[in-house]
Amino acid sequence: MSFGLELAIKLVVIAALIPGSALVLGYAELKISAHMQSRIGPYFAGGRFGWAQLLADGVKFIQKEDIIPDNADRPVFKVAPVLVMISTATLFVVLPFGPGGGFVVRDLNLGIFYALAISSVGTIGILMAGWSSGNKYSLMGGLRAAGQLIAYELPLVLAVVGVVIQAGTMSMQGIVEAQIAQGWPYAFTQFLGFFIFLVAGLAELSRTPFDMPLAESELISGYLTEYSGFRFLFFYLAEYASMFALAAIAATLFLGGYGFWGVSASWTGPIFFGGKILLIGFVIIWLRWTFPRFREDQLQTLAWKWLIPLALANIMVTAVFKVVF
Amino acid sequence: MELRIPGLVKGMWVTLKTLFKKPVTINYPKVKETPVPRARGVIALDQDACTVCMLCARNCPDWCIYIEGHKEEQVPDKPGGRVKVRAELDRFDIDYALCMYCGICVEVCPFDALFWTPEYEYSEYRMGEMMHDMDRLQDWLQTVPEPPELET
Repeated sequence: MSFGLELAIKLVVIAALIPGSALVLGYAELKISAHMQSRIGPYFAGGRFGWAQLLADGVKFIQKEDIIPDNADRPVFKVAPVLVMISTATLFVVLPFGPGGGFVVRDLNLGIFYALAISSVGTIGILMAGWSSGNKYSLMGGLRAAGQLIAYELPLVLAVVGVVIQAGTMSMQGIVEAQIAQGWPYAFTQFLGFFIFLVAGLAELSRTPFDMPLAESELISGYLTEYSGFRFLFFYLAEYASMFALAAIAATLFLGGYGFWGVSASWTGPIFFGGKILLIGFVIIWLRWTFPRFREDQLQTLAWKWLIPLALANIMVTAVFKVVF
Repeated sequence: MELRIPGLVKGMWVTLKTLFKKPVTINYPKVKETPVPRARGVIALDQDACTVCMLCARNCPDWCIYIEGHKEEQVPDKPGGRVKVRAELDRFDIDYALCMYCGICVEVCPFDALFWTPEYEYSEYRMGEMMHDMDRLQDWLQTVPEPPELET
């Protein structure tokens, strides 16, 4: 297969996967949140179980008027949702859905480093959205997102370092192969790292309990306040697609990715990987509908007083074990 | 800041348990809810008991009750006796678009002419049709539940 054709196929698959994953996780969120609150949730759209609810929502968003406020900085306002979407879409490049070159767009040898670096770009998009809206609530939301970055970015990276030390590689497929060769996933040895990664990841996704940048009740959805129609849909898709991507990264690093207790046939890869992603996605949704919102300073305290020292201790212990054994 | 782990776990357990319970939602147009007997659905009027005293209209916080009446002379009991006067009801409307279901009219009625009934299916497409006239209010009287047993 020529390079161009292969790239084209992979692009089409990823382009379908981003809205597809957002639809699946968004529908799961609607249904799970409903049942956790003793409601039924979407019921009529699509005939049974309301499966077409989000498709109907998407059609509704496309029909809506595209409003840009007078005070908005128009070019920045228009670029911001695209930038957020780009940051999410480029994350999908390194996600390994199976062994070999056919199941990943490009297995970079700096894979996890690339993923962590590119995921921070989305925060710039959020800051741009908040700044350019010409609205004090949006500005506060954007600045909260920027402030949150200081809290979660360091624990997120430090939690990954333990895995990288244990695997001896930064390649996403390399990390999975190391876990398959070992026979059990890193969640058993790096349980502390797994916990820190999930907490910091929730902060990165700005989902409850760390959804201060959105904070419907205080900031009327923060940086999203002035967005409507298709631009809002972009943020919405990016939110759920990046939730999928983060769950996929967590599954790769800590739950053995496409392998399962040493099994590594190529065709089972996407199934195991999808199952693990949905499991982590469920936990993320579960946390959202259980816990109230933290304050911004509480997140800083949690990150700097608890998560970072714990992550540093985790790295030291991992390194000592790596050298000794 | 201290982390209260047991509380966090307890909360997670509550939501997980609720996830697998049957939802309390009643699928309304297909399945109908049976309201409790003393539910505040709609107010019924007993025209015969009403004396047009206007207490309900004057006590209504929303001014949603409209009453008009006139006096009617009755034939004396004995020839040459005193002519008695009785108030007759011409109009008794409740505008349910305004009503806030406080029940003060029912409380204040000295002649037990107003009753709560648990019926709730009287929504309309136009706001003006939420005005129920005295005949419609009289019809609601059939749906008034039996009063509870007196405590002795």
